This record gives sequence, structure tokens and C-alpha cells, in this order.
Amino acid sequence: MIAVAPGRPAAEDRAPERAAIELEGVRVAYRDREVVAGVDLVVRPGERLALVGPNGAGKSTLLRVIAGTLPPRSGQARLDGDPVASLDRREVARRLAVVPQLAALPFSARVEEVVALGRLPHEDPFRGPRPADRLAVAEAIERIGIAELVGRDARELSLGERQLVLIAMAVAQRAPVLLLDEPTVHLDLRHRVEAMELLADLNERDGTTVVTVIHDLHLAARFFPRIVLLDRGRIVADGPPAEVLSAALLRAVFGIDPSLAGLGGD
Amino acid sequence: MAARGEVVLAVGLQPDRLAWVRSRPAALAAVGLVALLVALVLGVAVGSVAVAPDETVAILAARLLGLDLGVSWPDTAETIVMELRLPRVLTAMAVGLGLAVAGATFQGLLRNPLADPYVLGTASGAALGAAIAVLLPVRIVVLEFGLLHGLAFVGALAAVWTVYTLARTSSLAPLTGLLLTGYAVGSLLAAGLAMAMYLSGAGLRQIFAYLLGGFDASSWTRLAAAAPLILVGTVLIALRARTLNGLLLGEEPAAHLGVDVGRERVILLALASLITAAAVAVSGLIGFVGLVVPHVVRLVVGPNARLVLPLSALVGAALMVYADLVARILGEIPVGVVTAVIGAPFFLVLLRRARTGYEL
Repeated sequence: MIAVAPGRPAAEDRAPERAAIELEGVRVAYRDREVVAGVDLVVRPGERLALVGPNGAGKSTLLRVIAGTLPPRSGQARLDGDPVASLDRREVARRLAVVPQLAALPFSARVEEVVALGRLPHEDPFRGPRPADRLAVAEAIERIGIAELVGRDARELSLGERQLVLIAMAVAQRAPVLLLDEPTVHLDLRHRVEAMELLADLNERDGTTVVTVIHDLHLAARFFPRIVLLDRGRIVADGPPAEVLSAALLRAVFGIDPSLAGLGGD
Repeated sequence: MAARGEVVLAVGLQPDRLAWVRSRPAALAAVGLVALLVALVLGVAVGSVAVAPDETVAILAARLLGLDLGVSWPDTAETIVMELRLPRVLTAMAVGLGLAVAGATFQGLLRNPLADPYVLGTASGAALGAAIAVLLPVRIVVLEFGLLHGLAFVGALAAVWTVYTLARTSSLAPLTGLLLTGYAVGSLLAAGLAMAMYLSGAGLRQIFAYLLGGFDASSWTRLAAAAPLILVGTVLIALRARTLNGLLLGEEPAAHLGVDVGRERVILLALASLITAAAVAVSGLIGFVGLVVPHVVRLVVGPNARLVLPLSALVGAALMVYADLVARILGEIPVGVVTAVIGAPFFLVLLRRARTGYEL
């Protein structure tokens, strides 16, 4: 037997664990333009990872490949070891929740009705939502702290409140992996920090694997132990913030002097 | 455990006059059902020859349920009820139900509050088919269906199929493509219809009567042909309420919520179009029911398709019988005129009272 020091759950000491998300040689092209040019990535269960990079680096495209809504031209995305393409949409939705972009609702819907959409992958077409579903919705509302919004029309909410409602919807989905595409873009500073704290909390307390695209490098550095820097469809750096957000790397990727942004203090 | 969830949801509800109904859809369904039954009795009793309400109920109970209520009636009353009025009332119900369900489906599927059963060209396709049938010097009758009904049915489906095929090969986003293609194809078909009407001469009145819609030519045979399509289609759509709910947030979010959007879009389009085609083939083009009823239901119970679809079916069926009743009382005016006159102002009032405007 191999003795493992307690309190040091190093991944390599444990039995080989299936990756939550695995990308292998993923390439995506729209017409002739290659957007993702060969990406390999492994995300272990319980990790918290930020995808950063300039506009057009392929971050959102990569999220869509992981979620299976965009089939790559070559390569493969796997969830829990199974190719996403081989899973039906419901099975994908049980393994992976995606916080959608803010969009106009065509019809008025109450906050709890929007959150309840997160239960769709678990719903029986004949019987509809069951008590367990209603419980999951109530718990997600409590978990995200939006109980005071219940009963209000989701279209009357501020953008920050709407963002929380959509996160609550994804939490109600109860999938082990949570994907977000720039969740802070419409939020003011306080709400940005709160949203990040919420993600960190979901990750640390519930063990949810969190992968998010984010533009704000300060937030990424402060709240994510692992950062993946993408540029022109390739991963150029992958590791802890101090390593990935170095001045030289940022200058090369973003083409600006990072000290102007108060980052990457050499 | 479950009680905790109920408390969290109940405490947050704002005082709102609609909240009580919204949390009790069964109460709303019961009201709708009563309205439908009253519509059935009134629709059968009222007409150029009035049949007393007790006789009407007795005849219906005896013939539909096999009950003897101890009321006697003349044979003429039974003929009027069973051969003329009942098929007409049931046809109105089936058509109202079908149009309301198809409207709710198209609105949810296209994520557009202005969508109605005719949005993807069914109306103009059916109208052109009917007009061509009037122009053709051929008379074919199969199972009481003339060429007009046949071509209207085929025209409606052909129009949707054309729109779908053209939209699929366009480079636009699927929803935008469908709506714009539907508009373009509809305009083209409308031009064809205008030309057919111009050429029709004495047939113009017949085409016009079809365009305005009505139930005066209803019969058991026609009902028996249309109702199964409408009812089976409605049940199959209701079983896909999940899909319509997922689409509330958009197509990509729906996919992330476990909906196979591409496949479901084809299935729902086909079902809703089939229902619409069956409805327009027996009754002509009756507007507003398919647009207004789902909105009315949504304003009361919220956007959940699991409630919106069955309640729209109920309200659509009842509303159409009342509209036909008004049309008959006013001397067989086109029922499409009645639905528009009832529907449009009612819709405007509801929109004014709704707490949020409709984002387009």
C-alpha cells in the first residue's frame, strides 16, 4: 500500500480519475477561417478554470465545442470520458450546465419560471416536473440568494439580477460541470466581484467544476487558480495566474503594455 | 423537504390579482371547461329555428351519453341538433382548438409574439389552393370534400414545406430565415391569389367566402376527416412542451437544456402546419384566434407550455363556438369578421394591462 500524506489530495496520487472535460486536437473553422487550431485541454473534476484571451481567440467557440453545440472539424470533446457527439442532448445537459448569454425573452416570465427551465433535462415528457424538481428550483434560488426576486417578471430585472437568475437556472440543472461565457460583461464592479465569489463558492462548497470565459484579467487572476490563455485558436499558456499573466506573455498576446492595465508586474 | 420549496416560492409572490389564478391552473381549466360546455349547449340551441335549452340538453345527453333525462322532443328538433348544429359546433371547437394550439406552437418555436398559425405561409398557400380549385372547371367530391378543400389543404402544406426548404438552405440564422422566407413566400402566393381572384369572375364570391372563413358547410364527414388530424397533432405537440419551454431563452440555451433543437423544430413545424392545414381546409381562413388565445392564456398562467398548450386548446375551442354563435345570430356573417372584432380590442386591453410590454 502506498501511504498518502493526509490533506494533500494531489491528483497523481489517486487512482486515475476520469477528466470532467477533455479536448483532444480540436480544430474549428468557419468556412476557410480557422478559429480553433488544435487545442488539447484536460479539466479535472472540481477544478476552477478561466479561459482568457483577446477577442476572436476562440474562447466562446471552445465552450460551444465542449457543450456539443458546435461539432469540431477535427478532434474530439469528451465529458466524463464519453465523446460529446455520442451523447444525446439530454445526457449532455445532465453532465454539463451552460449559463446562457443574456437575451430578450419573447414572453413575460417570472424569475422562478426561468430558474425552473434548468430542470428540463430531468423532466419526464408525460408527468412534467416532480417534487424533486420543485425542490431543486427552490434550493437553487436560495443558493444564489435571489429569493427576493421570486414572483417578479424576469424582464423587469436589472442586467445584474438577470445574470444571477440565469446562474440559478444552471445551478438548478444540478450538473457537475458549469460553463459560463463572460458572465460579468454587463455587471458593475460590485456585481462582478459578487458573481466571481459566487462561482468560487459553487466550486469550493459544492465541488462544481467551473469553466468560464472572462475578459477581466484582474478578476481572473484573483478568483481562478488555473488560467488558460488562448490566442489565435491556440493555447499559449496554461497554469496558475502568476505564470500565465506574465508581462511578456500579455504583451505578446494582447499587443499592449500590461503595466497600463496594472497587470503583470515584472 | 418539498414543503420547504413551496414556502420559498410562495413567500416571494407579490400581491397580484393574477397570482391566485396563476398558481391554480386547474381552476382556470375548470372555468374553461364550463365555458366550453355552455358553448356546446348554446351553439346547438341557438339558430334560425330555436331549440329549447332543456330539449337541447336532453337530446345531447341521450345521443352522446345515452342518458334519458325524461324530456321529450320533436323529431325535427333532433334532426336539427344532430345533423346540422352539432357537427357545426364540434367543427368550430376542433378548428378553434387547432388554431390556438398551432398559434401557441409557432409563437414558441419562432420565439415571436406576433406569430400565428398562418405565419409561415399556410394561409396564403391554402387561399391560393382554394382559388385555383374555384378556377378549375373540374368538380370532384370525395367524402364530401370538394376540390376546394383538397387544394386548400395541399396548398397550406406545400407553402410551409417551400418556406422550410428555402429557409434551411439560406445563410441566415434558422429563426430569422424562417420568418423572412415565410414573409417572402407568403407575398408571392398573395400575388398569385390576387391574380386568381381577378380572373375568377363569377367564382369571386366563393373565393371570398373561403377567405373569410365559416362553419355553415360543416358536416359529420368533414369533421371526421379534420378532427383526428387536429386532435392527434395537438396531443403530440403537448408532449413536446419541454421543447417549447427550452426555446424561451433561445435556440442555443435550449440545446444546452437538453433539447435537440434541429429535430424538434422540424417535428413541431410539421405538426403545427398539419393542424393548421386541416383547420383551414374545413373552415377557411379565420384570423385572430391563433394569435390572441395563446397570449391571453400566457398573460394569465405564464409562459410554461405545459399549461399554455392545453389551456389554449380549451379557450380556443370555446371562443370559436361563441364567435360562430354571434356570426349566426347576426345573420350568417363571416366568422372571421367576428373573431377579429372580438379579438383585436380584447387583445389591446390585455396588452395595456400587462405589466411589461412585449419585446420584439
